[in-house]
Amino acid sequence: MFPIASIAHVVLALLLAPLLPGVINRTKAWFAGRRGPRLAQTYFDLWKLLHKGAVYSRTTNWVFVAGPIVGLACVVTAMLIVPLGGVPGFLAFSGDFLLLACLLGLMRFFTVIAALDTGSSFEGMGGSREVFFSALAEPAMLLGLTALAASSQSLSLSSIYVLIGTQASLSSAGPAMLLVAAALGIVFLTENARIPIDDPNTHLELTMIHEVMVLDHGGPDLAMIEYGSAVKLWVLGALLVGIVVPVRSGHGAVDLLAGVGGMVLLAVFTGVVESTMARLKLLRVPQFLVAAAVLSILALVLVMR
Amino acid sequence: MKVWLDAVLVLLILTNLRLLGSARLTVCIRTVAAQAVLLGVLPLFVQAGAVTFRVALLCAASTLLKAGALPWLLRRAAREANVRNEVEPLVGFTTSLLLGLALLGLSMHVADGLRLPGIEGPHFMVTVALFTTLVGLFVIVSRVKAVMQALGYLAMENGIYAFGMAFAVEETLLVEMGILLDVFVAVLVMGITIHHISREFDHMDTDRLSALKD
Repeated sequence: MFPIASIAHVVLALLLAPLLPGVINRTKAWFAGRRGPRLAQTYFDLWKLLHKGAVYSRTTNWVFVAGPIVGLACVVTAMLIVPLGGVPGFLAFSGDFLLLACLLGLMRFFTVIAALDTGSSFEGMGGSREVFFSALAEPAMLLGLTALAASSQSLSLSSIYVLIGTQASLSSAGPAMLLVAAALGIVFLTENARIPIDDPNTHLELTMIHEVMVLDHGGPDLAMIEYGSAVKLWVLGALLVGIVVPVRSGHGAVDLLAGVGGMVLLAVFTGVVESTMARLKLLRVPQFLVAAAVLSILALVLVMR
Repeated sequence: MKVWLDAVLVLLILTNLRLLGSARLTVCIRTVAAQAVLLGVLPLFVQAGAVTFRVALLCAASTLLKAGALPWLLRRAAREANVRNEVEPLVGFTTSLLLGLALLGLSMHVADGLRLPGIEGPHFMVTVALFTTLVGLFVIVSRVKAVMQALGYLAMENGIYAFGMAFAVEETLLVEMGILLDVFVAVLVMGITIHHISREFDHMDTDRLSALKD
């Protein structure tokens, strides 16, 4: 029933996802003239965190414990839906892109209420920013995916992405695809808390968005959050790579290899963006995200015309 | 060929949105110059093969003027008047962007309703032309600085140029050259006016001129 390539994609993604932050950090180190951490550093970090105990504040209750678990469960489920270029997702059904947005939203919701559960005003601030920015990023993503759906006349991510890059779709909707790719690129950077929206390295209270919310988690909880965000990087990256790397050979193995190669290139690209750009002013971020939504709407208009 | 034409038209729409969303004067000037360059290459895609030497010459001349001379003039005027590099909109940037989308919808609606005889290019071009013109108009009314108003004027002119391009190429280019001359004079006059306003009042905000009494 399930094509072997889809299963291989899910397994590979779950195994290789922690490699992506490593590639990003290595690229940033190269730009800064440092040697940088090992590519597999995230695996070592996860291993170390899993062998530590967790400390729970007395003000927290089960919500704080549930946050990382639900988050990881959501993003792994999302992984099952997402196709990688020509490789269809493990699960594919009509309207699954709505479920994808829903799962990412649920993950965010639990991260935020776990942060609020600590009772720290600092984490509440981070949660407020996270929710604000993703409320603006979500329309951009959904409208972009709707444009793709409209161009391929189907409502399932897997069948949408199989058609991208074929001669017919290039000649009818080439410019629209580029617009969607740009919009999804902005969503990718936003949702993964990357420069120019958020700085994953900063620990300065005035600038943090995502890092703030996970400050009180430790040990296995933090490991789940770190692993979850690596998988999320892969999930959103796969949506982008599916458009930008139009390899549709029909051979599962070839498509899969092209897709994984595309993911690594995307990580390098993210590293380049992080090394060459500065963070946007907090007040300019909403405008940036509205611009992404505008690009998506423009793509939708082009496709529907 | 149609893909390339579409790509150029989409880029034109994006330059318009950038004009609406950008907070910096120099960026806006550069955006309008880029728009002129895009319009300069448009004839290559509208009628491949029908580009004669004459057409190429006319296009090159207008592109040089709009992408080279006029932006240079505006930049000079802004520099000499010591204008701060901020756009100072009356309507915020995010609102401007969203209104821009509304304008795009409006121009699509109007372009679909228009039954224009003798359209050679695709219908989408009329949409983009109308959109560019409307954005130019919007920039003129929604920005405080005189330089931005000159830029809006230029964008409007670009829209008219694109509109002409949607019909046959050659005759409209001649008309276009006439319009371009007008625009050139207008921007020149605007440059002098900016200079005078800023010398008299230490700023070049046109909205404050209404407080003048003679």
